[in-house]
Amino acid sequence: MLSRTADNLYWLARYMERADCLARILDVTQRLAQLPAAYGGSTNEWRSALLTAGCAELFKQVHGDDATEQNVISFLAFAPENPSSIRNCFEIARTNARSVRTALTIEMWETINSAWLELKRYSTKSMTREELARFLSFVKETSLRFDGAAYRTMLRNDAFWFSRVGMYVERADNTARILDVKYHVLLPDSEHVGGPLDYFQWTSILRSVSALTSFHWVYRESVKPWLVADLLILNAQMPRSLTSCYQNITRYLDDIAAYYGRQGSAQRLARSTLTRLGNSRIDDVFQTGLHEYIDDFVVENNRLGSTVAEQYLL
Amino acid sequence: MSVAFDEMTNADGSIRAAYTTLARWLKDVPPDVLDYRRKEAEFIFRRIGITFAVYGDSDAQERLIPFDIIPRILTNGEWGRLSKGLEQRTKALNLYIKDVYSKRDILRAGIVPEDLVYQNPVFRPEMNGQKVPHDLYVHIAGIDVVRVDSETFYVLEDNARTPSGVSYMLENREIMMRLFPELFAENRVAPVENYTDELLATLKSLAPTTATSDPVVVVLTPGIFNSAYYEHSFLADKLGVELVEGRDLFVRNDVVYMRTTEGPRRVDVIYRRLDDDFLDPLAFRPDSSLGVPGLMSAYNAGNVTLTNAVGTGVADDKAVYSYMPEIIRFYLGEEPLLKNVPTWRCREADHLSYVLDHLNELVVKEVHGSGGYGMLIGPRADKAQIELFRAKLKQDPTNFIAQPTLALSTCPTFVEEGIAPRHVDLRPFVLTGSDRTRIVPGGLTRVALQEGSLVVNSSQGGGTKDTWVLEES
Repeated sequence: MLSRTADNLYWLARYMERADCLARILDVTQRLAQLPAAYGGSTNEWRSALLTAGCAELFKQVHGDDATEQNVISFLAFAPENPSSIRNCFEIARTNARSVRTALTIEMWETINSAWLELKRYSTKSMTREELARFLSFVKETSLRFDGAAYRTMLRNDAFWFSRVGMYVERADNTARILDVKYHVLLPDSEHVGGPLDYFQWTSILRSVSALTSFHWVYRESVKPWLVADLLILNAQMPRSLTSCYQNITRYLDDIAAYYGRQGSAQRLARSTLTRLGNSRIDDVFQTGLHEYIDDFVVENNRLGSTVAEQYLL
Repeated sequence: MSVAFDEMTNADGSIRAAYTTLARWLKDVPPDVLDYRRKEAEFIFRRIGITFAVYGDSDAQERLIPFDIIPRILTNGEWGRLSKGLEQRTKALNLYIKDVYSKRDILRAGIVPEDLVYQNPVFRPEMNGQKVPHDLYVHIAGIDVVRVDSETFYVLEDNARTPSGVSYMLENREIMMRLFPELFAENRVAPVENYTDELLATLKSLAPTTATSDPVVVVLTPGIFNSAYYEHSFLADKLGVELVEGRDLFVRNDVVYMRTTEGPRRVDVIYRRLDDDFLDPLAFRPDSSLGVPGLMSAYNAGNVTLTNAVGTGVADDKAVYSYMPEIIRFYLGEEPLLKNVPTWRCREADHLSYVLDHLNELVVKEVHGSGGYGMLIGPRADKAQIELFRAKLKQDPTNFIAQPTLALSTCPTFVEEGIAPRHVDLRPFVLTGSDRTRIVPGGLTRVALQEGSLVVNSSQGGGTKDTWVLEES
């Protein structure tokens, strides 16, 4: 397969996943911002949404400190000057898809193309809460359809594997960011850990990754920070956990290696990250510091991204 | 202008044989059903993204070519005569180009004037004395023909460089079969869907002798911003070959490779949809970032086949066109089976003075023009336009030819007011391999949707139709 094709598929999947993550962040932020202050609601939520999305710096250049609901929504969802806005994610995904039409199934292409056409109906200026909710569920549905179309219709060959690797690298990055930002930015120093503020913020993390129900099924007790971290970092049952992402990455990279008859540094790196996750216990993670642990992970995950690129995509 | 020949209805109101079942069907089908199917067709086209871009129009980055749901029908007999003529013509084009880049017998015989070759901006001196695989140059030709009565087809233009439109021929048929299965049950329509198989067989037959028995074929595109990008990706998909851009290829020791996830892979045949100028920045335009540095040296070394060959433009401009009947006689010793439209070459003094005296009756075209741009349709033009062309002609007569306005045939077409006759042309595609010539029965019918208009180009509001060749039932 052409390296450029593999590259396009890899990034196509990443951008579709990113759009989904942004929609979830906005969803949860809006929910939290509506809570009374005593339960964790504050305007601070919109600023934290920017941090979670990794766009705080860029936002500052455009809007300064004016992190109002309207500004943040329009920046994360529509702003052309934000390269990772939902609109840009869809635009880039479609441009990538057009260049690799031949490697996509008709169902995948139609999902992306019709989402792109549909996107034109939403404008940033005059969006009511209801319209925003509709928009966000449209984005999430698009990602689901794309993912489902890929899963159900693609040949199981390198095209499929590269797009899966892209999706899981992006997903791991998103999960790690969500965890990190919530833990360190949201909790004011004076707030008692385990208090109502803490409770709602940890719950919001679970909601943002559609894992609140799963949490109750898995732990059968009330929401506690270390359990949330355990679920999202180490629990292999949880499809967004770092462990689950790396099980998938390792598996698909191995499929590629078997197909091409050659293992390389990407496979080795993915395996060593997976091993490290497997050897971690959540108590130790908290003892050495959740932030440091996640930071290391994000760096490793990025390194995997560039290793995959060097080995296959250039 | 005289009344045009209508392909469905004779002057006395009777229906021509090929259209019997269609005419009956059109009479019975309620207009809102037609309208509904038309919208459905448009929806499908839009959703699968069959679009083209119009240069210089930022609002029209991706536009749909209007599709007319009423098919255009030819009988088996009509097609048989037409395809023999197309094969003859393509054969002559190939022999002419080979001659131009080698012995130049035709110039020495005084049949084609020398300056038409040497002064031609698309003449490629790099190709002089250069051997190309299997001595073939035009592997994929699109020959535009028009019809003026029940017997006569004229060739309007030869496209010997990178003719496009074949994806519409295939998609139009696909859509028609989806929307109107009942029509296909009643008519025995020759299939066209094997075009891509025929194309692949043709491309493989053209591989250089250094290739393995299963040569690697690719389609080379300028990229997603090209107006015909959809077609490039469509063809690569149907051929089952890689769609590459220049940056996906590189040349080492005069061999072309593509960059793949498994390392470099040798390429034997490049179906390029990129103009000569952009192919290789080392040989042609140095500012081209679309091409592949060193491609021409690999080509000259005989390690790769380019389809079509470099330099085929010398055979398809409108000035050379006027010599095609002589070219056919010279190389094949046969009479041309398809007529040429009578053409005045403004480069010749007596022709020029005739043209200047009859501007209001003639169509004047630029020798290197295409897409219906830069032409004058005398009978439709106002005084100012005529005077503008008079000045242009006087200033640079060699740049123009003139032809009588032909009464192009019309076909029933579904427009705002209902079903009405509109002018059509036809572009069949001729494939020339080292083994044989292949032509699938049909082609792309283009239709001028404006009443009375003769301009069928998609960049100027033309539409397309499915083209049927009926088998003997």
